[in-house]
Amino acid sequence: MRDRSSTGAALIVMTIALFVVSSLYIFHNMSSFIVEELENSVDISAYFTETATEEDISQVRQLLAQRQDVQSVEYVSKEQAFERFVQTHQQDRVLLEPLEAVGQNPFLASLNIKAKNPENFAAIAEYLGTASFASLIETVDFFNRAPVIDQIIAVTASIRAGAAAVIAILSFIAALVAFNTIRLTIYNSRKEVEIMRLVGASNMFIRGPFLVQGVLVGIAASVITLLLLLLASLLVGGRVESFTGFSLGSFVLSQFFVLLLLELAVGITLGLASSTIAIRRYLKV
Amino acid sequence: MIHYADVTKIYPDKSIALRDISFFMGKGEFVSLVGKSGAGKTTLLKLLLGEEKPTQGEIFFDDIAVHEIRSSHLPELRRSMGMVFQDYKLLDSKTAFANVAYVMEVMGLDEQTIARDVAEVLDIVGLAERSNHYPWQLSGGEKQRVAIARALIHRPLVIVADEPTGNLDPYHSREIVDLLLKINELGTTVLLATHDREIVNRLKKRVLTLVDGRITRDDPHGKFVL
Repeated sequence: MRDRSSTGAALIVMTIALFVVSSLYIFHNMSSFIVEELENSVDISAYFTETATEEDISQVRQLLAQRQDVQSVEYVSKEQAFERFVQTHQQDRVLLEPLEAVGQNPFLASLNIKAKNPENFAAIAEYLGTASFASLIETVDFFNRAPVIDQIIAVTASIRAGAAAVIAILSFIAALVAFNTIRLTIYNSRKEVEIMRLVGASNMFIRGPFLVQGVLVGIAASVITLLLLLLASLLVGGRVESFTGFSLGSFVLSQFFVLLLLELAVGITLGLASSTIAIRRYLKV
Repeated sequence: MIHYADVTKIYPDKSIALRDISFFMGKGEFVSLVGKSGAGKTTLLKLLLGEEKPTQGEIFFDDIAVHEIRSSHLPELRRSMGMVFQDYKLLDSKTAFANVAYVMEVMGLDEQTIARDVAEVLDIVGLAERSNHYPWQLSGGEKQRVAIARALIHRPLVIVADEPTGNLDPYHSREIVDLLLKINELGTTVLLATHDREIVNRLKKRVLTLVDGRITRDDPHGKFVL
């Protein structure tokens, strides 16, 4: 290997560049995961009147489940609603005491509806208000939460667009830095190359080692990056999962070959391209 | 062997380095190219090596038209020449042996041939015992002798030396010139560019005098006259 310190510098910078690219790939997937979780947590609930029977509610449930825009419909009976409330607030006597004082179950049976897409909620809510069974429904809580849902839709769209832009810009910057470092490495060898040219070395004889060096740096950086990613997922994976629900370790392992291919493709291309351009530009070869 | 026919070289900044240069150099000759700094000596040599192209005229090295040679053929041209420079142009990370062997590696020769020939050439230049030393461990004269050994190793048709004694004291300068003479006596053509009056006068060989890019004198047994 020519000039070890320059090659070492190129390896470090290339590793950083690949780490940035890989991290951004992981971040993109993580943000998609969070966005999907956010979208899936949104639902609307239709509360039925006291007089609505289980059979009535079951029919409404079937009608809703047949809709193209509905993902799932969950039936929560009066009793289940009561149990859930008590369980959720079992530590909070301030909320439970009035319930005990009333002496009866004030909760209504309901259907919790998840849409395939947050944009579908408005249509579903409208259907609930105008369908033949509308008189069975006491209230639909979508309209209260519509502004929040709209905000979530807007935020998730922004996250997706923003993540893509950040990925593109940072990847470009990382690649540029790696490119310039390799160019410097070749520039440092210009004296040696001048002598090679003057003693009659062929262009391929001169170019070859630099091109091979570019490729080897790309491969070595890919392997090191992958190891660093595995290490990072071990160190911070737990925290990331508890905060976002996204399992970093599982993702890295499941996407191991995709990440390796991505890094090899970027690393080798970058190494080869940098060497080729620098050789042509600085060495007139 | 080497023929310049009405060669002119004008650089992009309009400076005229050479004007109407014409001369012929035969096989086995020893020619000194003399002139002040800036007279055009180095440019004349660069044209022969294909480092530059003439603005006008033709240059022939044997039957190779150097003035219109393609860049892909330049390595082959340069392998038939041996070059010696004022600043030696040795690779600091290689020993004297390796610096000389490098040329043969470039030509793809086997290790056995390289080992044998390099040892022989280092012996010719009187550096057999310094072959494992690096350039920074050698004196100026020794470095130049390594450079000459490198120029010789592949048995070139001509040795082109551009101010080889420029960085040397008179004692080492004399050694180098004597070495070039010895090489010439063994049959190699030598083209020596120099502004050292004493060397040229000692040699008593053919002298081409360059003044402001023109050849003003061509003496078969010349003296340094400017």
